[in-house]
Amino acid sequence: MEELTFTQEIKPPSTKKGPIRWLKDNLFSNWYNTVLTLFAIVFLYFLFKGVYTWVFTQAKWAVIPANLQILSVGSYPREQLWRVAYVVYVLAILMGLSAGIWKGLNQQITSAVACIGAVITLLPIHVNTSVREAAVIATILIAVSYVFGRDRQNLKRWVIIGWVLMFPWMMFMLRGFGENAISTINWGGLLLTLILAVVGIVACFPIGVLLALGRRSQLPAIRWISIAYIEVVRGMPLVTILFMGSLMLPIFMPGDFQLDKVVRAMIALTLFSAAYMAENVRGGLQAVPRGQYEAAQAVGLSYPKTMTFIVLPQALRSVIPAIVGQFIALFKDTSLVSIIALSELLGVSDNILGNPKWTGLKPELYLFIAVVYFIFTFAMSYVSQIVEADLGVGKH
Amino acid sequence: MKKKWFRIIALALTALLVTPLLADKHESSILDKVKKRGKLVCGVNGGLPGFGFLAEDGKWSGFDTDFGRAIAAAVLGNADKVEFVPLNAAERFTALQSGEIDVLIRNTTWTLGRDTELNTDFTPPTFYDGQGFMVPKSLNIKSLNQLDGASIGVTAGSTTELNLADTMRTLGVKYNEVTYEDIDTLYSSYDAGRVDAVTSDKSQLVARRKDLKNPDDHVILDITVSKEPLGPLTIHGDNKWNDVVSWVVYATFFAEEHNITQKNVKTFKTENPEINRFLGESGEIGKKLGLPKDWAKQIIISVGNYGEIFERNLTPIGLPRGVNKPWTEGGLLYSMPFR
Repeated sequence: MEELTFTQEIKPPSTKKGPIRWLKDNLFSNWYNTVLTLFAIVFLYFLFKGVYTWVFTQAKWAVIPANLQILSVGSYPREQLWRVAYVVYVLAILMGLSAGIWKGLNQQITSAVACIGAVITLLPIHVNTSVREAAVIATILIAVSYVFGRDRQNLKRWVIIGWVLMFPWMMFMLRGFGENAISTINWGGLLLTLILAVVGIVACFPIGVLLALGRRSQLPAIRWISIAYIEVVRGMPLVTILFMGSLMLPIFMPGDFQLDKVVRAMIALTLFSAAYMAENVRGGLQAVPRGQYEAAQAVGLSYPKTMTFIVLPQALRSVIPAIVGQFIALFKDTSLVSIIALSELLGVSDNILGNPKWTGLKPELYLFIAVVYFIFTFAMSYVSQIVEADLGVGKH
Repeated sequence: MKKKWFRIIALALTALLVTPLLADKHESSILDKVKKRGKLVCGVNGGLPGFGFLAEDGKWSGFDTDFGRAIAAAVLGNADKVEFVPLNAAERFTALQSGEIDVLIRNTTWTLGRDTELNTDFTPPTFYDGQGFMVPKSLNIKSLNQLDGASIGVTAGSTTELNLADTMRTLGVKYNEVTYEDIDTLYSSYDAGRVDAVTSDKSQLVARRKDLKNPDDHVILDITVSKEPLGPLTIHGDNKWNDVVSWVVYATFFAEEHNITQKNVKTFKTENPEINRFLGESGEIGKKLGLPKDWAKQIIISVGNYGEIFERNLTPIGLPRGVNKPWTEGGLLYSMPFR
């Protein structure tokens, strides 16, 4: 019998990797990976070098600060800008109060907005003094109303009423009345982008819910109308709907009755996203177990009550990610109204580029606009993540 | 009870929807509407260098918008009582037909088709443009025949593209057409040497040349291959309103012919009876147009004569007067008599 001899103790392979080991494993594991890595490095070098030299030496950034006010509000009359400022201030107060009273989610959203305000305040570039002034006041208002609202739970009802009245009041405020009314065609820049997005989001939601319910209705007429609407609208690109709103709607309008261009764009955006919203909500409705409907019927709830108190809360909660995705898409889709020559954030760049002083500076403007869009959409998706975590979506 | 209310509400809503359909189109002139509204609504190009753009102060500015201001000054006595609606090429005629705008001043070429089929009426052109060519000086090109085999850049789907094809077919010159959707891309490609020549309206070529890397290395050929008379449009059939817009344009021509400027109009003294009629000192030409007595004076006070409008907006982008000068100096601007 041979004796078993233990030669050497073999250590388990190390799981800890140094940076050199990591590089070797992931980037230079064999000859073709090495070649690919080297190519990628050379490519990235030239890419970054190109971007760097353009951004820091060639680009003429003066176009941004000089036109910052146009990018924010378009051709909104300068002497009426206090209207926009008031809307921003009231929003700031409401946000601060909500953050103070409800804490949690509201606090996070509000602090994000306050950060944006602070960033604008401290921007190193030369911005128009009134923009900076408004940012300073708004940031301070948020902070003050937050502190004020912290121990005042009795304000809850008033703040909710404030939020509900905010939207109509905002429209009224921005539009003005009487002789000095500001026609909507003068709304432009980021202001118009935000208004279109907010109007679209606020208005498409109820229509979408009704369409979703209609599609599942027992009544054939309602069901078929809903299905037809949803499928027809989803079968058309938004651009064609906008063109129809811009070109055909005015022809059908009777007599002196005119809907102005911005309102037509709002209608087109709303009707378009309502169809998609309906499908999102329908997905949520299907996820609600049948037992819930039956239980509601068993205790004698009417159809509206079943829907409002039993089915919709569960249905909507499960499709929050999809709905927020829809809102983000709608926000970005507002840029399409520039093809019907509305001066929202993207379209207003054309109005600026027509200035002989700034012709040919499209790349600079477009890059800036892209960054603005990114900030807003990123903030929206960040908020949706918080909302999901807060409601425990996906944990059931 | 509930059902009854439901029915009443449904009926009321239907009535509300149908009522506007029954309303008649009012057969009054746009002139009266503008006066009643106290504001002129003018369709413009929102981004055309020198002609229409948003200046840094948030006000619309440019050659076309100045004529909008001139109409407002004549009708309402205040050049600021005008609202500009930026329009794209496709929707400009619809906007005019549907009454969304009172007048369209958006670099629109006067053609037979547009005059007859589109339900629009033209007024005297405010700017005579024409399609031209820009080439690098180094190619040493003098005539279009020398462009044989060259690649020529043009914006897609424009009349420019059709004019290019027509011209070259007539001359029997073979060329490569390179079309671009976007104007900025067209000129940056030309600047990078991807096409040998670029063709467009001369006003655009001039405005764009100064943004090239070395503007002096490029030359705009002394050849015009199309006629592009650009002027204001009004809706077809509203003669009263068309008269007003036409005579506002003539007023700017007339003032330049007689050296009446923004500066001297308030103190202008003359024995010339026609000028006195023009300034509203005598006669009733304002009344005939349905305008205030001093309508022409107001125009000159607010925007100046044609030469001043041109110098303010188009001279800075490098446009020469060309044919856009008074007939007395050999140009095409000819004011009808103020009698």
